[in-house]
Amino acid sequence: MSVSTRRSDDGLVLVIQVQGRFDFSTHQAFRDAYEHSDAPVKEYVVDLTHTTYLDSSALGMLLLLRDHAGGDVASVVIENCNPDVRRILSISNFEQLFSIR
Amino acid sequence: MNLLIAEDSDGDRMILATLLRRLGHQVHEASNGLEAVAVFVKTEPDIVFMDALMPTMSGMDAARRIKELSGTRFVPVVFITSLASEREQARCLEAGGDDFLLKPYSRVILEAKINAYSRVLALQHSVVQQRNQIRQQNEQMLAEQRMARRVFDNVAHTGCLDAANIRYHASPLSIFNGDVLFAAERPGGGTLIFLGDFTGHGLPAAIGAMPIAEVFYGMVAKGFGAIDLLAEINKKLGNILPVGMFCCGALVETDGARGTTRVWNGGLPDGWLVRNDGELVAVPSRHLPLGVQPPERFDATMELLNTAPDDYVVLMTDGFPESCDAQGESLGEDAVRQVLSELQHDDHPFEALMARLQAFTGHPDPADDITLCCLKIVAQGAIADVAESAPESALTGPGSWHCVYELRDQALADFNPLPLLLHICTEVPGLRRRSGEVFTLLSELYSNALEHGVLKLSSEWKKSAKGFSLYYEERTRRLSDTQGHYIRFTLDHEPLSEGGRLKIRCEDSGQGFDMGEGNDSPRPIAGKEYHGRGMGILKRMARAVSVCGSGNCVEIVYDWEFPMQGCTSQ
Repeated sequence: MSVSTRRSDDGLVLVIQVQGRFDFSTHQAFRDAYEHSDAPVKEYVVDLTHTTYLDSSALGMLLLLRDHAGGDVASVVIENCNPDVRRILSISNFEQLFSIR
Repeated sequence: MNLLIAEDSDGDRMILATLLRRLGHQVHEASNGLEAVAVFVKTEPDIVFMDALMPTMSGMDAARRIKELSGTRFVPVVFITSLASEREQARCLEAGGDDFLLKPYSRVILEAKINAYSRVLALQHSVVQQRNQIRQQNEQMLAEQRMARRVFDNVAHTGCLDAANIRYHASPLSIFNGDVLFAAERPGGGTLIFLGDFTGHGLPAAIGAMPIAEVFYGMVAKGFGAIDLLAEINKKLGNILPVGMFCCGALVETDGARGTTRVWNGGLPDGWLVRNDGELVAVPSRHLPLGVQPPERFDATMELLNTAPDDYVVLMTDGFPESCDAQGESLGEDAVRQVLSELQHDDHPFEALMARLQAFTGHPDPADDITLCCLKIVAQGAIADVAESAPESALTGPGSWHCVYELRDQALADFNPLPLLLHICTEVPGLRRRSGEVFTLLSELYSNALEHGVLKLSSEWKKSAKGFSLYYEERTRRLSDTQGHYIRFTLDHEPLSEGGRLKIRCEDSGQGFDMGEGNDSPRPIAGKEYHGRGMGILKRMARAVSVCGSGNCVEIVYDWEFPMQGCTSQ
């Protein structure tokens, strides 16, 4: 499975991990990761530790997650990006929409 | 089913044929390999039963031939054999055989095998049908794409991409990769270029491109500048694209007369300014892509560069640095910088970059998703009337009218009145053809009134590199306090027997310009500069130019004539 999820101990944070290439092939799995969460989520963390590559359709998926999480009031964190992934995020200036750490 | 038996022993052949006919199949017979091939061609059987050892042509040679002839159609060849050795059996399979039937025949086995092959053939039949369907749909899609591309070309390439100072590479089908490239001359001179890269591929990516082309060409022709254009494109895309789809893009606006170039980059790889002395200035992406931010949060701030003739501006989509070589390594943005930094004096950046790409990928043709555009800054001589080619409208417009338009206070900082004023003027059919000249007149009057009259900026500053940035920093700073100021345009048009006369009076709340020699005006330099350039342009185009009031008001008279057959009126 290229996308996996886990909850924080208090259950309020949903961590989504993407393995390998984050591109259009992950589309459905990525959506399923956050769309069917039954308990309320306060914060979303997209953990890209094991993500090797990210394309523009992945950027679109991140925007969809942000929209799902409440748009401008959403709390979405993107973390542990490798330098290539970080560069793609910064070319598109996604720092303005997500907190990237 | 339709079956073929090739067997040299008449007795054996008859037994098998009878057996198969009793099972309800149609049976054709051959007594050697050569005959088997001939009957195969004539009857196109579903399954072939073949004796391995036959005179004239062996069963194995015949099997090979039949497999060749059947091409992509699957025709099972079942060897009828009493050959016990494994080696012989292996040879039969190597020759293209699919199965064995050992003598003496078992009715039960025979029937089971035929049923099994019947299932395989049914499966193969449906695979072939699906393949044909996919092939047909693919052909249809390609035909539709060619058609759509022609429509798109008509919309997108009405501009000046073919101008001598623009070099570009865009794949003929790049639109279906989401890349768009537009270029247009501004009505008063200068060029606007937009390069965009939509997320996704195919139809969804192409659909977003059409309204952008309309916005781009429509607004440029009406005299809107780059900032208005960006805001409108962003808003339009925000409205029509679903969340998750957006357009990375860059917009370049050159103003040859002022020696300035503005660049906005949201999500594309670094753009580059290559100065004629070899200096490189990167223009990195500083904004979110278009269609992501709501209008109230969209930032259209452009990077201002002072440019000179023979400088180049280079833009590309990410397909360029991401091009791969045979090992799957990508070219990278460092390579782009390296090519540009190693340019010799006469090298064209476009050619150097394309040559590098070709050498790197090893392919003569770049991939579909690569768009590269290179704009050479050219000196703007006498301002060309670029809009002479504008189509004459069938509508008649007003000939005699008067209009006063005054911008006050904060509106001076927030609003660009030129498109509106140009629109009013070009309602006169004869002036529509002169929209370039009219725009130049209006914009010269307006920018002199704003920058030198209201904001009291000195053009002298712009002559040094340091002063250049100071000028524009001060311009921005002073625009934040325009309280109590105004710029008033008074437009008058009257028909004449051979055309019409447009009078434009532009008055501002500034202290006016120094008109005479040795006058102790507080701003003699600004005054001189006004005469030096702006006034020169106005005088060249207008019938009369006069300065009135305390020098804070300029009035020009502009006459136009109906075009005569075969020559252009002056």
